[in-house]
Amino acid sequence: MSSAIPFSAQLINLFAAVILLLAFAMLAQRRVVALINLFAMQGLTLCLSTLVVAVSTGQSHLYYSAGLTLLLKVLLLPWILHRLVRKLNVKSEVEALINIPTTMLVGLVLVMIAFNVALPISELSHTITRGTLGIALAVVMLAFLMMITRQKAITQVVGFLSMENGLFLAATSATYGMPMVVELGIALDVLVGVIILGVFFFQIRDQFDSLDIHHMERLKDN
Amino acid sequence: MDFFVLMLAIPLVSGALLTVFGECDWAPNLNIIASLGTFLAAAGLTAEIVANGPRFAFGEQFFIDSLNVFFVALTAFVGLTTSIFSGPYMRNEAEHGRLTKPRLRLYKSMYQLFMFAMLAALTTNNLGILWVAMEAATLTTVLLVSLYRTPASLEAAWKYFILCGVGIAQALFGTILLYFAAERVLGESGNALLWTHLIDVKGQLEPNIMALSFIFLLVGYGTKVGLAPLHNWLPDAHAEGPTPVSAVLSGLLLNVALYAILRCKVLADGAIPGDFAGKLMIGFGLFTLLVAAFFLSRQKDVKRMFAYSSIEHMGLITFAFGMGGPVANFAGLLHMTMHSLTKSAIFFAVGHATQKTGTQLMENIRGLIRINPLIGWGLMLGTLAILGMPPFGVFASEFMILTHAMKHYPWATPVLLLGLGVAFAAIFGKVQPMVFGETEAKRLPHAPAITPVFLHLGIVLMLGLYIPPYLTRWFHEAARMLG
Repeated sequence: MSSAIPFSAQLINLFAAVILLLAFAMLAQRRVVALINLFAMQGLTLCLSTLVVAVSTGQSHLYYSAGLTLLLKVLLLPWILHRLVRKLNVKSEVEALINIPTTMLVGLVLVMIAFNVALPISELSHTITRGTLGIALAVVMLAFLMMITRQKAITQVVGFLSMENGLFLAATSATYGMPMVVELGIALDVLVGVIILGVFFFQIRDQFDSLDIHHMERLKDN
Repeated sequence: MDFFVLMLAIPLVSGALLTVFGECDWAPNLNIIASLGTFLAAAGLTAEIVANGPRFAFGEQFFIDSLNVFFVALTAFVGLTTSIFSGPYMRNEAEHGRLTKPRLRLYKSMYQLFMFAMLAALTTNNLGILWVAMEAATLTTVLLVSLYRTPASLEAAWKYFILCGVGIAQALFGTILLYFAAERVLGESGNALLWTHLIDVKGQLEPNIMALSFIFLLVGYGTKVGLAPLHNWLPDAHAEGPTPVSAVLSGLLLNVALYAILRCKVLADGAIPGDFAGKLMIGFGLFTLLVAAFFLSRQKDVKRMFAYSSIEHMGLITFAFGMGGPVANFAGLLHMTMHSLTKSAIFFAVGHATQKTGTQLMENIRGLIRINPLIGWGLMLGTLAILGMPPFGVFASEFMILTHAMKHYPWATPVLLLGLGVAFAAIFGKVQPMVFGETEAKRLPHAPAITPVFLHLGIVLMLGLYIPPYLTRWFHEAARMLG
């Protein structure tokens, strides 16, 4: 590798950094509606970064996956989630199990771990995007942290989808994306999953009068 | 018409048909006929593979060899018997007012789509599609677990979705790493995720990436197998869903997830020096066996107890495949077959028993042998079989695993014996009063389907006494493929 980083790689690194920042912003965000908007912004950044990779490497299938990201993660999923929030009358405040500053500190540690795990792998990679693999793993871990620390069912789902964003970033940064047929399959699974969850939310609400998952702690071994 | 195409098309098309016409009177029969068709196609495919050897389908996207055709046959068979069992079972549930017509429709269409997802996962050659199909299998069963819409069943379904979703996200990361390792050897074509291409170059895959990839794959798919400490979803989903769903989850889905791990293990073994993958699986397997055995004695709900028993057996099977080698792989495959058949038979019997007594609490189920001798004996014999009593087949496979462990991993033998012993004491002590003892339960409006119970137990008994030579050859062939 030459000492000067090409412009496209700098741009990709910038976008990856924005994705990581958005992951932290999601971790700190208390309001559900703002959380969904942050998720949409993360999707948009992911789409832009995929586009830059596509233009700079000439991998034509990446154009399709960027389009798929735009359609699914920027438009369709946030729209479904907003609709759910409106129909279910979710209260805007999200209660976290651990307070936000502590969560952020744990998040920082996770990012360091993720970079250490990813370092030996990204050294082996020959893609121009390899620097972002650590960020991708960090996004996955932050999303995981969000799922653990939040109490509302809908925030857990946003965490789950954000984790998928991280995985997608990992796929483009390590290998210029998975084969198209696999990417289509994953997108289909995510879409069907969110639709099923939508149905499921109504069932939970009808049964518990709330989407707070601390109602769901009855099944235990004793 | 190609048997393979038929086998995938029948559940897919009938699933779509049942979504539309699922409330008609003939819908339950369509469910059974479709399952029968799938089974016949799978049997035809099996005969074809046994006669002609491995084959591809749809280009190179699907690949059927002696290893997965064995799982395909088993899956289609248990799928058929479960659909027969679920006919009267679901009619009784509807009569009791626990299920409405739209929910029965949902059940039947999702059941067929679930079969489709599992068969696709088993036969695909593309490790990415394998992931997609495994996730689809989870999605189709989430709404089945919450079919009764009780608070407990919703909680179980939510846990199932989130835990398996997180787990399977790990598996996706593992698949990405695998693709990354493969792409360095095979180039940027779509072939780099095809198992048949990967197996040819497994020695050239970068060991460090493969090790990390296998850890993620084992943890990810392991969540679906029910390996401790990621097993929390399993007892809840089995206990709160309808019994036919418990039977297929326990008897089939766990197998399919384990199959995914096995396919990846073959690649990891080729790439990583030292028995890295095997040692990981031995560790996870033993830990799972012990955790499940000790949780068994604390259970009050009968379906929960047998769910823990499934976790225990999955631990044992993972341990067997972790040891590796022709004998242990043979034993592992045999045990998977035995466990599938026996455990689904037990769930059939338990399903009828809980319907008759109206409860899943074991202390309230008494004297099954008086209410219905066939169900009583079915549960008793099934329990004896799953606990590894001779002459049932589970004994043969457990014996093989134990003797092999004694020879090669002597330190593991006491752990195995402890786990199996504790499980025996816990389960037998609870089932015995359920079968014998006083009772005053009432008759059911629809006579239960007993045939599947005894059909399964009959096969397990037969395989315990005598394994036909062609089956032995088949098992050997499959065990050899696993290295």
